[in-house]
Amino acid sequence: MAAIFLGLSLVQYIPMSTITTNDVRHLAQLSNLQLSDDEITSLQTDLANILDYINQLNEIDTTGVEPTYQVTGLENVWRDDTVDTGTVTRENLLNLTPDQTDNSIKVPQVLA
Amino acid sequence: MSIRTLVARVNNGQTTARALVEESLQKARKAEEYHALLSLTEERALARADEIDARIKGGEQVGLLAGIPFVVKDNFLAFGAPTTAASKMLENFEAPIQATVVEKLEQAGAICIGKSNLDAFAHGGSTENSAFGVTHNAIDKTKVAGGSSGGSAVVTALDIVPFALGSDTGGSIRQPASFNGVFGMKPTYGMSSRYGVVAMASSTDVMGCFAKSADDVALIEGVMAGQDAKDMTTLPDYFSPLARVPAGLKVGLVKEAMTDDVDPEVRRATEQYAEKLRAAGHTVDEVSLPSVKHSLAIYYIVVPAEVSSNLARYDGIRFGHRAEGVKTLSELYGRSRDEGFVTENKRRIMIGSYVLSSGYFDAYYQQAQKARTVLINEFNNLFSQYDLLLMPTAPTPAFGIGENTADPVKMYLSDVMTVPMSLAGLPAISAPAGVSESGLPIGVQLVGPMKADALVIATAGQMEQQND
Repeated sequence: MAAIFLGLSLVQYIPMSTITTNDVRHLAQLSNLQLSDDEITSLQTDLANILDYINQLNEIDTTGVEPTYQVTGLENVWRDDTVDTGTVTRENLLNLTPDQTDNSIKVPQVLA
Repeated sequence: MSIRTLVARVNNGQTTARALVEESLQKARKAEEYHALLSLTEERALARADEIDARIKGGEQVGLLAGIPFVVKDNFLAFGAPTTAASKMLENFEAPIQATVVEKLEQAGAICIGKSNLDAFAHGGSTENSAFGVTHNAIDKTKVAGGSSGGSAVVTALDIVPFALGSDTGGSIRQPASFNGVFGMKPTYGMSSRYGVVAMASSTDVMGCFAKSADDVALIEGVMAGQDAKDMTTLPDYFSPLARVPAGLKVGLVKEAMTDDVDPEVRRATEQYAEKLRAAGHTVDEVSLPSVKHSLAIYYIVVPAEVSSNLARYDGIRFGHRAEGVKTLSELYGRSRDEGFVTENKRRIMIGSYVLSSGYFDAYYQQAQKARTVLINEFNNLFSQYDLLLMPTAPTPAFGIGENTADPVKMYLSDVMTVPMSLAGLPAISAPAGVSESGLPIGVQLVGPMKADALVIATAGQMEQQND
């Protein structure tokens, strides 16, 4: 598809990003999403289109440019290692879990 | 009526907090057809109103916002109703704490009366991605509210409350503000605390407000602003409203945002706004910000990467939706997340996983963060010569409901004017700038350098006075 962007990039981006259903399944697995087959098909198209669009970044010359991960120049912020539970109690937090027993969160078997 | 006037009336007994809250609740019920609100926090709001009225009667100074009702976007943790983020994942989530900014507003005497609709987890630009239904535009119900803070924009435009809160990651306050004809402020990154707001992209998320005048915006932002030990990225306190706009500001009109692809009526409104700035004694020159054209591509790499990380916490274990009838832990994770997220959430999580995976990390994520530096350098260069920048808020007025839902990339394009400032962390206000021939509101953005929030708001206020 043509990635029209304010008339400045009227380039027909070549769909380099051929995404197979197996790629979608792999990404779903990395993302902990158990998708239905219908979702896999529709996401395959969506993801390919989005990747086609973002591939325009290859056009930018970033030689010698440092990446910006954080915009205010913040460095690590330290605080004293003291416990501050604020207003939240253990009970408050346990009450948020869908399934609890004996002051613990209940989950299905981890190892088969 | 301005918020300052309303507060004065509460304080001098001409009205009461209870009367204001009841009026807002009544208006909210009458406007149900817009589906702007997901819940009302009626019981708690009325109790707080009575408490505030009693304190005022006892001669106490309650605060800058005594008795003023407001609405929070439903991704702010707030008491009185679940905080859903408009998702099935958090449908029944009762927050154990409140967001810092909500606490600050309450301490100033403001009263939260309800929680507004959004695109689920704030992923979207139309509020059509809500798991609980679409919000309708305040001016034309066949059009979208904009997003992701669509509900908050609509309740402000419909005058249900004097102000409402939103979060802005790539335009989620500014674009719906422009679509509904109200002011919407995205502060400098770090001006206000993000603590207690459902995280989307931690390097661009900011909290701001919708209001009907620049003066109201200044008042609310002043209460919200400030360093917070619970959000280590907050900046030391600096915000202080500006009483008067300096004479002869130099304003740059960004030419890359005024091309033929931008709706002619939006361009005309922006040019008229430039004329008004000139009439007020400022100069407006055309300037170039070449990286604007790549901003959306940068944004749709950086933000999904952060989204995929931030949304990893929703696993059905400690809180949120848990799938029924699963046998193994991995099935529990996968099914809970599949059921709890909307399609747009899944798209962004998977794009994030893709750009962060080994083999693609350098080509996408690193390249995007380098391109972000190029964009920031261009902004810095312009702000060494100009006080403010001007550009439209969105390329078009509000589009039709359903018009862009089939094509995610087309939907993303409505963010093109707002994402550059998010990537650079800059303050920007969307101010009403007239209506299209069909009566739809158009907004323009005034953008400042880091920490120039007060100048941005005050200049929008000066232009507002010129309307009157």
